[in-house]
Amino acid sequence: MTLVADNLTLGRGGRSVVNGLSATLAPGQITAIVGPNGAGKSSLLLGLAGLLEPACGSVTLDGESLAQLHPRTRAQTIGYLPQSPDIAWDVAVEPLVALGRLPWRDKGTAAIEAAMAALDLQDLRKRPVSRLSGGERARVLLARVLAGCPRWILADEPLAALDLAHQLALVAHLKDCAAAGQGVVVVLHDLAVAMNHADHVLVLKDGHLAAEGPPRHALQPEIIAQVWGVTAQWMGAPGRQGLVFGT
Amino acid sequence: MTRASLVFAALLALLFPLSLLAGRVWIAPADFGPGNTLLILGELRLPRAVLAVVIGGGLGAAGAAMQGYLRNPLADPGLFGIAPMAALGAVASFWLTPLLPPAWAAWSLPVLALAGAGLGMAALALIAGRTASDAAGGAGDGIALFTLAGLMLASLAGALTALAITLAPNPFALSEIVMWLNGALTDRSWREVWIAAPLTLAGVGVLALAARSLDALTLGEEAARSLGVEPRRLLVLLVAGVGLTVGAGVAVAGIIGFVGLVVPHLVRPLTDRLPSSLILPSALAGASLVLAADSIVRVLPLVTELRLGIALSLIGAPFFGWLLLRMRKGAL
Repeated sequence: MTLVADNLTLGRGGRSVVNGLSATLAPGQITAIVGPNGAGKSSLLLGLAGLLEPACGSVTLDGESLAQLHPRTRAQTIGYLPQSPDIAWDVAVEPLVALGRLPWRDKGTAAIEAAMAALDLQDLRKRPVSRLSGGERARVLLARVLAGCPRWILADEPLAALDLAHQLALVAHLKDCAAAGQGVVVVLHDLAVAMNHADHVLVLKDGHLAAEGPPRHALQPEIIAQVWGVTAQWMGAPGRQGLVFGT
Repeated sequence: MTRASLVFAALLALLFPLSLLAGRVWIAPADFGPGNTLLILGELRLPRAVLAVVIGGGLGAAGAAMQGYLRNPLADPGLFGIAPMAALGAVASFWLTPLLPPAWAAWSLPVLALAGAGLGMAALALIAGRTASDAAGGAGDGIALFTLAGLMLASLAGALTALAITLAPNPFALSEIVMWLNGALTDRSWREVWIAAPLTLAGVGVLALAARSLDALTLGEEAARSLGVEPRRLLVLLVAGVGLTVGAGVAVAGIIGFVGLVVPHLVRPLTDRLPSSLILPSALAGASLVLAADSIVRVLPLVTELRLGIALSLIGAPFFGWLLLRMRKGAL
């Protein structure tokens, strides 16, 4: 079930934020979207989720335009995790995770239990969200998406505000999802996470695709210099690389 | 039935017979029988109690839905244009009634109040619906613009109502308008029940259809859309549901405020706090609150009966202040 953006142009607030972008995203992989602030990463993710109507071009899922899909069918297929959503009510963990079943209009007890088990939330099921740590809250929100059993998981900066251990745990969960055949697309700011854990990287600058491909190609020092204006080198063994700034 | 629904259904079942007995003349169960007692019960107290249940139920359900839609525990369904527009329609009837044939005059107030509510619903849906785009750029502003459109309508209707009061054709009409705006169930009959009950039931039913979409809004507008919620459909359901419940209430009883604000807060601790689990228990709790308040105003030893709308505002305003203090402490 391939997700394809074809000559995609997206506008927000009367201005164009993604311009003529084309990319093909494969399931079973982690695709990272990276770029400087204001590059259009979150807008692109919304467009890929079918939540932002293209001004031009299209997003298709296995050849079918997302714009033509019924919202419920789209929601069953694509799970979207916004960046640190503000949760309006002090709901307990279990009913919050259960919101992931809304597109299916069923209780989905098995899916909810599986999602909570995958993210080690069973002991927290009755705890209100106001009493969760940042890491626990991030796990709960991801579990909400997993409970919907989507074919694609699109997450906007899921690692933001998480400490190192929780970042690694969450990345491990996303890798498990990709290994299980789900497509995973994440907006990231940490280029080291993209380099070490993503299978495919889209580099955005000013709404345009500056580079695309496996991380070792898309995140070459020359591209980092061109896109971020920063001189940096990758150090360390593949899979454990870190970015060292300066020459 | 959830725990909260059971609790408030039991409370309502307790209060309802008590409200039939309470009044300037207390009726003991032993007095039941043919004659005046049966007349008082059947023609005065029973329709009044049923109307209290209907109006309170509608306002409670509308409050729960409105707070869920706006993601704000301080939202009251009366603030967003529909109730003030219904009140404006009712006030207009005080002007128009003398011009109508007697057979129509009796119906002019509820009909014009409902027409005002309908106009308010249409205006709100039209203005806010333009912004509740399903996926257009700038999505995410829909709820804020709904709030602003509602406040604009409320302000306009309030100003026109004040103008109508200022230009009242005679002192009697002025007194009638002011008294009516304060809200009451005094002297209401089965006619008012038959006007309000079907509309309120339909409104609560429509709000129930919106319940799961309101749950999704707990996570914000974008997350809700990603869960398949269609913003325009939700807006239409909400405006129709709130319009029917609030409009029907204003049409037969005048302005009765604070019920929609207060009741969801009483119910929320007994539920999982999602809007869908609040609507039915809030309807039952709203019915209980209005029934209890109306019973109390009937037995207060005052020269004239305290208006129900005033009594509920006297309860509701301090409650609102308490909510604000809790919000400042981060407890909401």
